[in-house]
Amino acid sequence: MELFLQQVFNGIMFGSTYAIVALGLTLVMGILNIPNFAHGHLYMLGGYITFFFIGTLGLGFWPSLVLTLIVLGLLGVLMERIVYRPLTDQPHINAFIAAIGALIFLESLALVVWGPQGLRIPNPYPQNFELLGITIGLQRLLVIIGAITLIFGLHVFMKHTILGTTIEAVAQNREGAMLNGINVNRVSAVTFAISSATAAVAASFLSPIFMLSPSMGAILGMKAFIIVILGGMGSIPGAILGGYILGVIEALGGGYISAAYKDVFAFGALIIILTVKPTGIFGKKEA
Amino acid sequence: MITKPIHTRLMYLALFIAALLLPLYVPDDYIFQIVIMSVLYAIATSAMNLIIGFTGQASLAHGAFFGIGAYGVAILTKAGISFWVALPVSALIAALVGVLVGIPALRTRGHYFAIVTLCFGVIMWILAGNWIELTGGHNGIFGIPQPTPVRLPWLGEIEFFSQTAQYYLALGFLLLTLFGLHRLIFSVFGLTFMAIRNNEPLADAVGINTFTTKLIAFVSANFIAALAGGLYASMIGAVSPSAASHMLTFNFLIFVILGGIATLSGAVIGAFAIPIIMEFLQFLGDYRMLFFGALLVVVIIFFPQGLVGGLRRLNQRIAVWRQNKVSE
Repeated sequence: MELFLQQVFNGIMFGSTYAIVALGLTLVMGILNIPNFAHGHLYMLGGYITFFFIGTLGLGFWPSLVLTLIVLGLLGVLMERIVYRPLTDQPHINAFIAAIGALIFLESLALVVWGPQGLRIPNPYPQNFELLGITIGLQRLLVIIGAITLIFGLHVFMKHTILGTTIEAVAQNREGAMLNGINVNRVSAVTFAISSATAAVAASFLSPIFMLSPSMGAILGMKAFIIVILGGMGSIPGAILGGYILGVIEALGGGYISAAYKDVFAFGALIIILTVKPTGIFGKKEA
Repeated sequence: MITKPIHTRLMYLALFIAALLLPLYVPDDYIFQIVIMSVLYAIATSAMNLIIGFTGQASLAHGAFFGIGAYGVAILTKAGISFWVALPVSALIAALVGVLVGIPALRTRGHYFAIVTLCFGVIMWILAGNWIELTGGHNGIFGIPQPTPVRLPWLGEIEFFSQTAQYYLALGFLLLTLFGLHRLIFSVFGLTFMAIRNNEPLADAVGINTFTTKLIAFVSANFIAALAGGLYASMIGAVSPSAASHMLTFNFLIFVILGGIATLSGAVIGAFAIPIIMEFLQFLGDYRMLFFGALLVVVIIFFPQGLVGGLRRLNQRIAVWRQNKVSE
């Protein structure tokens, strides 16, 4: 029972990360219809930038988190402007290839600047406490609380501010939004900024727990894609639910069946689900 | 019938002769090895072009099928089976896996298809790294025998132990692949591939069985990729999970895009030019991939047709300019 609860707790922690990262991706994919394949790499870069502020400049955890958020937000705007906007009217595969170019660029950037060896950020909250017989790290708990706060904040932003509803308007009907005088390019830039900033938050929270490495973005990015597809493109509740489900499945599969194959469960689940329903669980009729 | 102008044909002839005589003027063994690898990559890249470029389905499992071929040949020849049996058997296994993966995966379209195939690619890569009894885990398999000599009726025995012999073997497979793809793509059946790429609902409406056609393109591409992988395993003598990884797929993708998507020559040019450029950029060290990532973005934005497309556009400009001059 203790093992089970421990795995579920870990699963919820991973699921929080997946949910935030997938949330950012679903905004960009569902709203702008851009397959930002480099999303996981933005997360990776977020981790390194947190390391730069904490490890190199010696700032505290919270100021570093805010600064990382700002840097990544700007980077997202830059990426949208340079990489994706010129490809707006091109075939879809071109944006996909550009994304692969961008991810190769970001991964080698991290490799060149920080080197291939894993880096570690000192844990600001190393305390542990016992609950129901399982060990809970304070930082791990913080990941979950941070994720829930962020999800709630984003929900309020999307539903109760003008900018948020503008984004929704573009998602529902791009041409219609343009006719109503919405500057679609600006909405794209803002969406990208939010998307990368959420990835940065996930990276900042998680980086004191795990080693940073330039290749850590690739698998996470793929998982975020899986979640977005399973949850339905552009569906925010779908991304959140999908993130938590995937996190728990992985933790239980890794704990009870085989740790080496834990990623296979996630990818296998996707293949099986898309076999049955080619546009995802909550997906629209045609992609 | 699509015919090429005479100067293009002469250029192909010159390239063909240059390729045949390559062992005479190649400067050293190291460069020769890179050229042999480029020939093998050109085979795999041409196959990738069939599914991505001509049929318009972004299969990102190509490296995995290359890996199935490589591991298949490695495991079978280590078990004492002749290379000439192991190679087609591995390629057929890859084709069979291609059918099994293709039937569910091809029900999806666009990004979905790309993600599903990529997921399959990652699963194969994880398997290659963790199924230690079969694949040797992360260390891979060493000491794979080289292609066994062939006894021909009149020519005597042909061995494949020297670099030159291996080069001609690889070149033979490349020419065979290009010939086969050329016959396929410029046949009526091949035109249905491009019809699906250009407008799938329309192709469906005029009576093309789009699903079967896509499946045939996917399976053929995987078969050829596995052949290239099998040759790779026996020529290098070792395989590791990197021979089945998604990074390999991305490399092939770079070759196809930079060379020129949906052109037979583009895939080959990409597979030759990029590794050679990489060698020249060796002094950049880790900055090399930084450069290639940026290059890929720039090319897809400004020259979506790659090098071959750029040359074609130049050729057309010259033709227009000459015509204007004549009419003046």
